[in-house]
Amino acid sequence: MPADFNWAIGGEAGDGIDSTGKIFAQALSRAGRHVFTSKDFASRIRGGYTAYKVRTAVDQVQSVVDRLDVLIALTPRTIEENLDELHDGSVIIYDGERTTMENVEIPDGMIGLDVPLKRLAEEAGGAIMRNVVALGAACEVANFPIENLDSALEKRFGSKGKSLVENNKEAARKGQDHVATEYDHDLEYDLETTDSDYVLLNGDQAIGMGAIAAGCKFYAGYPITPATDVMEYLTGRIEQFGGHVLQAEDELSAINIALGAARAGARSMTATSGPGIDLMAETFGLVATSETPLVVVDVMRSGPSTGMPTKQEQGDLNMMLYGGHGEIPRLVLGPTTISECFWKTVEAFNLAEKYQTPVYIAADLSLAVTEQTFPPEAFDMDEVEIERGKVVDEETIEEWQNEKGQFTPHAITADGVSPRAFPGTADGAHMSTGLEHDELGRRTEDTEMRVEQVDKRTRKVDTAREEEDWSPREFGDPDSENLVISWGSNEGAMEEAIEFLEEDGVDVRFLSVPYLYPRPDLSDAVDSAENVIVVECNATGQFADVVEHDTLSRVDRVNKYDGVRFKADELADEIDAALQEASQ
Amino acid sequence: MSSDVRFTDFKSDKQPTWCPGCGDFGTMNGMMKALANTGNDPDNTFVVAGIGCSGKIGTYMHSYALHGVHGRALPVGTGVKLANPDLEVMVAGGDGDGYSIGAGHFVHAVRRNVDMTYVVMDNRIYGLTKGQASPTSRKDFETSTTPEGPQQPPVNPLALALASGATFIAQSFSTDAQRHAEIVQEAIEHDGFGFVNVFSPCVTFNDVDTYDYFRDNLVDVAEEGHDRTDYDAAKEKILDASKEYQGVIWQSEKSIPYSEKHGVDTDMSQIDDGAPEGAMDLVREFY
Repeated sequence: MPADFNWAIGGEAGDGIDSTGKIFAQALSRAGRHVFTSKDFASRIRGGYTAYKVRTAVDQVQSVVDRLDVLIALTPRTIEENLDELHDGSVIIYDGERTTMENVEIPDGMIGLDVPLKRLAEEAGGAIMRNVVALGAACEVANFPIENLDSALEKRFGSKGKSLVENNKEAARKGQDHVATEYDHDLEYDLETTDSDYVLLNGDQAIGMGAIAAGCKFYAGYPITPATDVMEYLTGRIEQFGGHVLQAEDELSAINIALGAARAGARSMTATSGPGIDLMAETFGLVATSETPLVVVDVMRSGPSTGMPTKQEQGDLNMMLYGGHGEIPRLVLGPTTISECFWKTVEAFNLAEKYQTPVYIAADLSLAVTEQTFPPEAFDMDEVEIERGKVVDEETIEEWQNEKGQFTPHAITADGVSPRAFPGTADGAHMSTGLEHDELGRRTEDTEMRVEQVDKRTRKVDTAREEEDWSPREFGDPDSENLVISWGSNEGAMEEAIEFLEEDGVDVRFLSVPYLYPRPDLSDAVDSAENVIVVECNATGQFADVVEHDTLSRVDRVNKYDGVRFKADELADEIDAALQEASQ
Repeated sequence: MSSDVRFTDFKSDKQPTWCPGCGDFGTMNGMMKALANTGNDPDNTFVVAGIGCSGKIGTYMHSYALHGVHGRALPVGTGVKLANPDLEVMVAGGDGDGYSIGAGHFVHAVRRNVDMTYVVMDNRIYGLTKGQASPTSRKDFETSTTPEGPQQPPVNPLALALASGATFIAQSFSTDAQRHAEIVQEAIEHDGFGFVNVFSPCVTFNDVDTYDYFRDNLVDVAEEGHDRTDYDAAKEKILDASKEYQGVIWQSEKSIPYSEKHGVDTDMSQIDDGAPEGAMDLVREFY
């Protein structure tokens, strides 16, 4: 286990929780420490409990755990909400001069540090800096050099003027001094720093950056939690690379605008969450039938209907695998980490163009809103390869013309992939349609051509299945008779759960599946294991169903659908319990 | 673009299956003439169509084309034009496609003012599904699904466009071939979103809004000395329910197309062989 430190700030939405947490995470990252953040937030601008949690260690951290060492509580509810995670010796920093916090009770065994956040902030230049006072206090508690906080404050406020930065530094020191002079607790925390340089980003940003790296030039979308960050990331950046972001009037329009750009030859993308995916379903079928390369990101949140918009769930798998009327050839990639959000996006663009079909990226809220540190080499742009598939130009187009000299954009081919001519290519004029069509792209109800076109589109996916690497990511003991399978953001929690289980003398083999369609053949792994457990954040076990279908075996299921991601220690307990039940 | 393009070059070798006498023949011919007259050719032209009788137009014309889902032709055209501004984009639809299922997109396409042309074949009836009320059907027009008539006022598409901030609003009549082609040509030449509502009679299911009706009631604004750049005069014509107007009714002199406002001016189909130059700066931003 990493010698980790778990910190949080909580209060009301509108209290600046998010930006304060981000500053602390940034300070740790700049000090060469690894960071993993998570957010508890509600879908409202003001009011309601919200918290920003930071887990940090010198080694890589990739999950949250059920433990809090230091909590900055701006409201009494913040303490109540985190009682399960606080432990003997946990430190709670609060402002006893705040009306609502006057009579707050610090649970037995915990250390309450009453710091006059607002008063000290006012002394430093303004009450608005009270959270920064709390950060300074936290630095003292954690034995973390405050100069690292300065660096993060410079990044956050540098563009707003030097005096603001200096006031904030002063506010932080007032918090630090207050704790140092007023309290004399023997605290064990010691956040050492290293010389490493890390970058700190979330999954939505990684998807956006991956899109730019892959040559995506066009994005159309409609704001929806938790996918909006993709659009906000791209806005102002993609333009620097010759691209454009368009905010559409709804998701119906967003996917059709993105489709239009793709027909014009641009690498094009849209991102949304469950309700938007529902609206896009009809056009998704058109994208596939017209054989248009398009990347569609679903950042899953709790459903159905409006569900719990700011909560974690992996409930859209069946929608992405099977959604839409008729039978739609498609590819579905499922990044399992934040850095993989980048690489799977790059891969999605290549696959979309090689196989001229829509590609879903199945991300989830926990990937999207979590910030994690990586060495910059994790996003080495030199490793990005571009494959555009069977694009013809005015010279090679002749090979794909019929006896009348007409271009055949839906030619029946051995691998199922037809030639693609960007509009503007001489002698390439052709139509495409959602109607069943012939090789020219014109409507047909000819029974033989119908079968040939359906087979051709299916064959593309078969070709992809054979040509590409769909391997799972493997962790743990390869010879263990206990096999755990998961997809999406559960990978990090499971990877750390393996260490907890090892401490308890339980070994497991863990396969994290980043390809949902086509997907790896898990038959051998399942057959050779004594116990198979599929872990996912939904109620019915959608991926477990798929594994059972693929391997013709029964599996055990660990499901979570309360809106909160798996925590590593909690998951280890669940796995342990499932294994014990299986052995009885 | 070659100067010797003829309008028949935009004709495909597929024979239309529209009913004999359908207004859509004339509407399409005028579009092809207008495209040829503006120096376009099939390889630089992109036609987008939705669903309905109008949706078949991509099959009967020769150009790059996409026949999409019902009501979403304007978004598709928007994406095509922004991704490659060198293309001439023409979106075709019907009154159902444009003013019913796609009405929301119509409002926003008008607001966006992307430099493309939108031709609506308005026959005031659903033809392909064999005769149900459309959003432009008259209040008392009896159909299989509205035996007493819709009992709702018809949508006034020109007023909807004006209220949405249109920069070019025109109306034409498919059988007045010369004027129709001229008007569509002006829409193409307009620097922004060129909207033409075309009276395109359905000879099978609409016995009210017929060729004879339009011949008897059509007034050409060009013959009335109408100033198309006079907003108030345009508004008066558009809200005048007593007549059917033909011609360019409103054209803003201040139209700035979307691409100019947003600096979108390159063919986006061409990309680098690896990550674009400078992409590593994006990573450094996260330090």
